Amino acid sequence: MTGATSEAEHGPAGTVWRSAPYPVLLVGGDGVIEHVNDAARALPAMAAPGVPLADAVPAWLAEAHRLVTEDASGSAAPVRGLIGDRAFEAHPAPGGGSRVTWWLVDATDHERVAEALRLERKRTAFLAEASNELLSSLNLDRCMEVTVRLAARHLADAALVILPAAGRRHPVAYCGPDGRVVRENPVVDPREVPGLAEALRGFPPVPSRWIDPAAAPGWLARDELGEPGSMVVTALPGHGVPAGALVLLRRSDHASFSEGEEVFARLFAARAGAAMSAARLYAEQAAITETLMRELLPPATRGLDGVELAARYRPAGATELVGGDFYDLHPAAEPGGESLLVLGDVCGKGLEAAVFTGRIRTTLHALLPVAGDHGRLLGLLNDVLLRGDSRTFVTLVLASVRRDGPRATVRLTSAGHLPPLVLRADGRVEEVATRGTLIGMLETVTATTVTVELEPGDTCLLYTDGVTEARGGPLGDELFGEQRLREELEQCAGMPPEALTERVQMLAAQWTGGGDHDDVAVIAITAPRAGRGTLPPGVGVS
Amino acid sequence: MTARADLPGAPGGVATGEPVGDATCEPVGDATCDAVGEPTGDAVGRAGLLWDAAAAGDEYAAVDVVVAALDDGMDMESLLMDVVAPVQARVGREWAANRITVAQEHTITAVNERVLAALALHPAARGSAPTRPAPHGPAPRSPAPHGSAPARPRGRVTVACIDGEWHAFPARILTEVLRLRGWRVDHLGAQVPTPHLIAHLHRTGPDVVALSSSIATRLPAAHAAITACQATGTPVLAGGAAFGPDGRYARLLGADAWAPDARSAADGLDAGLPPRPAPGRQAVDDLPHLDDQEYTLVVQSARRLVRQVMDGLRERIPAMAAYTPQQLRHTAEDVAHIVEFLGTALYLDDPELFGGFLAWTGEILAARGVPARVLLPALDLLAERLTDFPRTSGMLAYGHETLRAATTDARRAPADDGSGGGA
Repeated sequence: MTGATSEAEHGPAGTVWRSAPYPVLLVGGDGVIEHVNDAARALPAMAAPGVPLADAVPAWLAEAHRLVTEDASGSAAPVRGLIGDRAFEAHPAPGGGSRVTWWLVDATDHERVAEALRLERKRTAFLAEASNELLSSLNLDRCMEVTVRLAARHLADAALVILPAAGRRHPVAYCGPDGRVVRENPVVDPREVPGLAEALRGFPPVPSRWIDPAAAPGWLARDELGEPGSMVVTALPGHGVPAGALVLLRRSDHASFSEGEEVFARLFAARAGAAMSAARLYAEQAAITETLMRELLPPATRGLDGVELAARYRPAGATELVGGDFYDLHPAAEPGGESLLVLGDVCGKGLEAAVFTGRIRTTLHALLPVAGDHGRLLGLLNDVLLRGDSRTFVTLVLASVRRDGPRATVRLTSAGHLPPLVLRADGRVEEVATRGTLIGMLETVTATTVTVELEPGDTCLLYTDGVTEARGGPLGDELFGEQRLREELEQCAGMPPEALTERVQMLAAQWTGGGDHDDVAVIAITAPRAGRGTLPPGVGVS
Repeated sequence: MTARADLPGAPGGVATGEPVGDATCEPVGDATCDAVGEPTGDAVGRAGLLWDAAAAGDEYAAVDVVVAALDDGMDMESLLMDVVAPVQARVGREWAANRITVAQEHTITAVNERVLAALALHPAARGSAPTRPAPHGPAPRSPAPHGSAPARPRGRVTVACIDGEWHAFPARILTEVLRLRGWRVDHLGAQVPTPHLIAHLHRTGPDVVALSSSIATRLPAAHAAITACQATGTPVLAGGAAFGPDGRYARLLGADAWAPDARSAADGLDAGLPPRPAPGRQAVDDLPHLDDQEYTLVVQSARRLVRQVMDGLRERIPAMAAYTPQQLRHTAEDVAHIVEFLGTALYLDDPELFGGFLAWTGEILAARGVPARVLLPALDLLAERLTDFPRTSGMLAYGHETLRAATTDARRAPADDGSGGGA
């Protein structure tokens, strides 16, 4: 008896077993506990020798024991469950006969850490996804859509973004539980919604528990959601002023927002607000640029009184819309009058050059009354540029075009620019012998004006050095050159002007391949062939 | 391989992409232009009349043909798809067969574009729904007068050609068809630099962007554009001969949708917009074979390869000593095109693209009285200089075999009429 007690007290492994830091239960073949160690006695369970296991431990462990004893293979995986308020992992070890030793490992802290890690990973993944999607667009509408869609999917059952009022209306994006985004522009009073007016004005957030979701108006808590259970209103922080407000809604059967979730919602709102502010800023800047740029863009081409015309322009940089090449058209004031065309190239590239072309175009427009005398026009332009503060110059060609029965008469003056070419209907290419000094450098300028008669089907071509100085070709290092241009033009007899300008621009672009190219501007003036004339304004291909 | 015009400049873009996998079939030109259904005999007849007028450079007669079609009750979309587009597709075929010159193809294209512009102003382009108010003012070229019925547009679409892509016609046809069906369309035209396109997407936030490319060598640029558009959350609809007759390259390059022509594209959009693409995908994710750097190395050394091949050709072909500078330039351009297509085939890892290009070039040369086998020494010289690149060597061997087979067939079939339509 003493021996048996001793064995019961100390177990088969003696004191090592007894003082093991993990609870250990030795269960006999009849399901009655035979031995327990000290740690097991400390469990909030009735584990003691002589007590049936099913009475001493929670059902999950008793069930696991039943399975282990029934499974003849002897292989058994650990099981997990709660004993009291702590989580345990129970490892069965088959003992002698049909006895089983259960080693219980306290996994409470491990599970807590794992759960915290899982949640943190989920949040990080969500924030990464949100940042990815929000950063990818600079369009405000799209940012609003992304924000409500992500918020409704990950943070709540429904979400709204409300922008500050434009007039009396607030742009709103709504996303419900079905993930569909609705855009609206309603007249609403933010003061109807607890916390919304504050959020739109940048006050600190009102805690969710202070907000009564039942007070939310119908445009906010929509019918599809049922009775709202909880609601968060948070500002979308912007550049100094809030970009808008984010409202999160949960159904009543969904847990209400915890403090941690509210903090996390604000983390998300910070990203969404930054993206929306950037998009708004981009849109504003783009609108300003567009307005300023409109004056610098080349004008639309149209047919001039009985003369066909086409012009093309391509700036150097892939990101640029304007550059140092330019052209302008000034149709004759009355039928039968002279129209003035200008094509030029200012020293430099990019926006600065483009601004200078704008000044030149404006000046030339003001000098139109003297366009009958090209030399005088150039002299006046030279005076204006010399008096200005810019240290740059321009080369240009003036072309005054007048219809003359079936023919067209063109007066051409080059001011330091490449001489125009005339492509005859039979394929001959002639260089127009006009020469002159460039504008904006010297006190006095000289230029010779040459008058050219265009017979039906003849074309006069004005172009900038972006064509002839294109570097590339199949071998990669050759200039396109004037000779090559003339050879190509010989193949182009009889083309409509828009086809010809496209051809010239295409040749230059293909010559450079993917390499750098300069600004290119081309104008073609064509006396219509018999049976052909100009189409109505606006129909020409720009 | 002399005395002929530049290959990729051919409007209609038959060059390229199109003959892949079946070099003997008749080139179809811009896939986006071609109707899927059989056009009626009436449409075929009118297309013939339009061709004659355009080939004569007579835009008045050309506009008369299409206006008469509308007056006779043909609907605008059928007119665009079954009369105007086939004429443009024919440009490429006729050029390939050496039946028209480069000047003529540009002239026909210009007249056809004027026809399109005139049609866009025609009352029929404004739809026939009686409930719609008349458009305000004449406002030529403004998008407002377009669109058939809905007061609210169906959605907003941006239509653009890839950077470096000059063939604007298929995109124009798509724009007009979509406007007819009530879509709001921003038409950006030919060779749109990708940064401009992306800026436009940010500003306007369209529901979908339609990208057109006719030339296969623009596919690497198309890939960059597709990826950049998708990175803004905008789904991409790809179209044009460059993407292959079955759209295989559109799928390979990750486009969200593909359509063989403007009508199918519009049908597809009417049926539902493609879903917004997930951000974060990069171009190289689609094409893991680019890791071997062969594409990069071949493209970066393209100019040097062309010079080396030209030097080698001068040694092997004594007749080249008598070439005029222009003949030499054409030869160099041919070699440059071969290297360019080789690079594209490496990018896509598709030897058939390279073989198809060579077979097609062979037909072009044959139509101009130059035997296609003149290309073989150039391929050999390239292969000698690129022995370190296994994938490239495979492409060149495949191309050599394809070209040799094509020239052998041509010799066995002396009855060929030289039209280039069959090998």
